[in-house]
Amino acid sequence: MIVGRVVGPLVATQKHRKFEGSKLLLVQPLGENDAPRGPALLAVDTVGAGVHEKVLVVLDGRAAGDAMQKKAAPVDAAIVGIIDRMDVA
Amino acid sequence: MQVGRVIGDVVATRKDEALTGVTLLVVQPLDPGRQPVGRAIVAADAAGAGVGEEVFFVRGREASFPFYPAEPPIDAAIVGIVDDWSTEGARP
Repeated sequence: MIVGRVVGPLVATQKHRKFEGSKLLLVQPLGENDAPRGPALLAVDTVGAGVHEKVLVVLDGRAAGDAMQKKAAPVDAAIVGIIDRMDVA
Repeated sequence: MQVGRVIGDVVATRKDEALTGVTLLVVQPLDPGRQPVGRAIVAADAAGAGVGEEVFFVRGREASFPFYPAEPPIDAAIVGIVDDWSTEGARP
């Protein structure tokens, strides 16, 4: 999993049927000291995250499909948690 | 997934049999400021997208799922056409 910040929602009417009912959010991955790191990515939200929130994102198709509780969904990223606190020694 | 813009298409007559009938499009990934970021890639179209449209695409093994039961050898597939996206959170 990676840590990222929710940048904003994405709306798409015409999409693969496995995305029906799913919320799509753009996420900026974060590095040390919460600095943006790498390109933004689009993830399916399975926990009800909102803009500006720090979230946990799985970057794996199987894990993302599991989070959506759908088999054979063409996804590669899903938000699986909202971070309350993270301590790194 | 990633957001990108369709900037072209690819025609290949001689190809893997499982690619027959699969539309191949060239996609330029975009950053939250709608600026091109990174290299363009070739993706199979599973959403009925066209040149100039903003789309989102999936990478990896899961890219072939929309074509089931066929299993085309692809590593990226367009799975949605973007109507709108907000990127207010991208501003510091």
